[in-house]
Amino acid sequence: MNLYFPKWRDNPVAAFIATFVVAAVLIALPFVVGQLGNAWVRALAFALLYVMLALGLNIVVGFAGLLDLGYIAFYAVGAYMYALLASPHLTSTFPAIAAMFPDGLHNSIWMVIPLGAALAALFGIMLGAPVLRLRGDYLAIVTLGFGEIIRIFMNNLNAPVNITNGPQGITLIDPITIGGVSLAKPVQVFGLTVPSVYLYYYFFLLLVIVTIVVCINLQNSRLGRAWMAIREDDLAAKAMGINVRNVKLLAFALGATFGGVAGAMFAAFQGFVSPESFSLMESIIVLAMVVLGGIGHIPGVILGAVLLAVFPEVLRHTVVPVQQALFGKVLIDAEVLRMLLYGLAMVLIMLYRPKGLWPAPDHGINPSERMGGGKGGKAAAAGA
Amino acid sequence: MLKVQGVNKRFGGLQALSNVGIEIERSQIYGLIGPNGAGKTTFFNVITGLYTPDSGSFELAGKTYSPSEVWKVAQAGIARTFQNIRLFPEMTALENVMVGRHVRTRAGALGAVLRLPSQRREEAQIKARAIELLEYVGIRKYADYQARTLAYGDQRRLEIARALATEPKLLALDEPAAGMNATEKLGLRKLLESIQADGVTILLIEHDVKLVMGLCNRVTVLDYGKVIAMGAPAEVQSNPAVIEAYLGAAHAPKGTEAA
Repeated sequence: MNLYFPKWRDNPVAAFIATFVVAAVLIALPFVVGQLGNAWVRALAFALLYVMLALGLNIVVGFAGLLDLGYIAFYAVGAYMYALLASPHLTSTFPAIAAMFPDGLHNSIWMVIPLGAALAALFGIMLGAPVLRLRGDYLAIVTLGFGEIIRIFMNNLNAPVNITNGPQGITLIDPITIGGVSLAKPVQVFGLTVPSVYLYYYFFLLLVIVTIVVCINLQNSRLGRAWMAIREDDLAAKAMGINVRNVKLLAFALGATFGGVAGAMFAAFQGFVSPESFSLMESIIVLAMVVLGGIGHIPGVILGAVLLAVFPEVLRHTVVPVQQALFGKVLIDAEVLRMLLYGLAMVLIMLYRPKGLWPAPDHGINPSERMGGGKGGKAAAAGA
Repeated sequence: MLKVQGVNKRFGGLQALSNVGIEIERSQIYGLIGPNGAGKTTFFNVITGLYTPDSGSFELAGKTYSPSEVWKVAQAGIARTFQNIRLFPEMTALENVMVGRHVRTRAGALGAVLRLPSQRREEAQIKARAIELLEYVGIRKYADYQARTLAYGDQRRLEIARALATEPKLLALDEPAAGMNATEKLGLRKLLESIQADGVTILLIEHDVKLVMGLCNRVTVLDYGKVIAMGAPAEVQSNPAVIEAYLGAAHAPKGTEAA
């Protein structure tokens, strides 16, 4: 328990109470937010997918210190994998496949999640292997290229053989079905009707919790320490006998895993995928979530992901009415304003909170700060 | 313990090492000295896999090893420290030493994700051993301090503790006394003696002649990439070639000038 609640290491009761309160809030949340309309619950469900993405990217960027600007490619891989395995696209294009699956292609979620994870991990290794010797800016450029390559493949793989249906994307994707219960239809629980979006929200919440536990366990393990060591000093890590190549590849593969699973969930939730969902902008936004929230710090990353995922929805619903009320007409489009505010937020946060909104607490004891030598000391001196 | 023969290494037009070899017996402290630019660190980097030699044969504890990759050399049983200390600055002292255990432990990603009992047991062992080693080098009380905040001498000790955590057969130290004051040097000397007493062989590059002469069982002197003398410290100290290399020909004892 004390691994997950470091602040309450000596107080398990507080930790249990906190868990209970947080769980209650998260369970009640869709019913509260749902009063404003299902669109908001949908936004929350998407925010949870972004939390998964951001936590996955955090393994690569935060733990191992490898800048990855093409992370959305793994999301795309997961999404297209699910789309192909659970839509009529393949059976209608290839008679041979239609003959093999007369009832059409449908797959259990228990197969899709591990498969999505494994496929994304494979792509993670494919990306990682050629870039092992690169670092910093060079690594960023190559990963950016990788992300774009995957997107362009998805865009163009409709000829000569139509695999991805090109820019039109794949439609009619099966919703998620768990134990015979489809998440696409409302479910009656104790006389209470739980709409489909709520079900997705709860399911994604479960996946996010698993992701958080996995991330915390990884961070506090032999492997997590090796990642940290590589981030701090590559050569010293090698001199300690760490096989830097394998450990880096593991970071790429494990980080990609979460992207792949989130992608599969995205495809099932939307019922539709097309290449434009996986643009460079998406990679940058996921990276911004990690950096703005607090790179390497799991709670910070979650905060960043939720803020940046919910924020555009808030804008979408407020910008137009506010302008109508103030000026009587719409001057700035919500989409334009969003990018403007993103930029502003980036500048402000980098100026005032360069380590992110909720940075990792200082690791270990730093005597100079404890003795008031740091910022506090200067402020005190200035005051005197 | 370590037997290295016929090492050649050329950087462009500079023959940094020509036909250098050393042979270190078990539980010796072996000194490698020479003037600045003699090739000590180059030789050191060749032994530990940082530079690929043009030729040479390498044998550790009776088994040949090829210093092709740094991490493989560490796995084979040579742990090193760096001339300009290279700790993991943002990690705590304890975590630094725990990283050193990496090469002798096994838990993988799956064990970590599932927190298997075997992984948790191993993790506890890693931590216990790391604390022991911090105690051994005398910086146990700084276990939770960030490595970069330790005093210089303590950072040196931490680097040695981290190297010892890899259970080395040979501990290779690159100028461990550089920048230390007299008290710190005395402490270092005691530490190295106790490491030797515990059966670890030590290879030492050092400028401090007093330390080398007092501590080492055998010494090799390099100059311009060549071995110019080898033997017990006292013999080497009176060797005219060594005096010439350090002080110039005019200072060599009388009678050897003609040679």
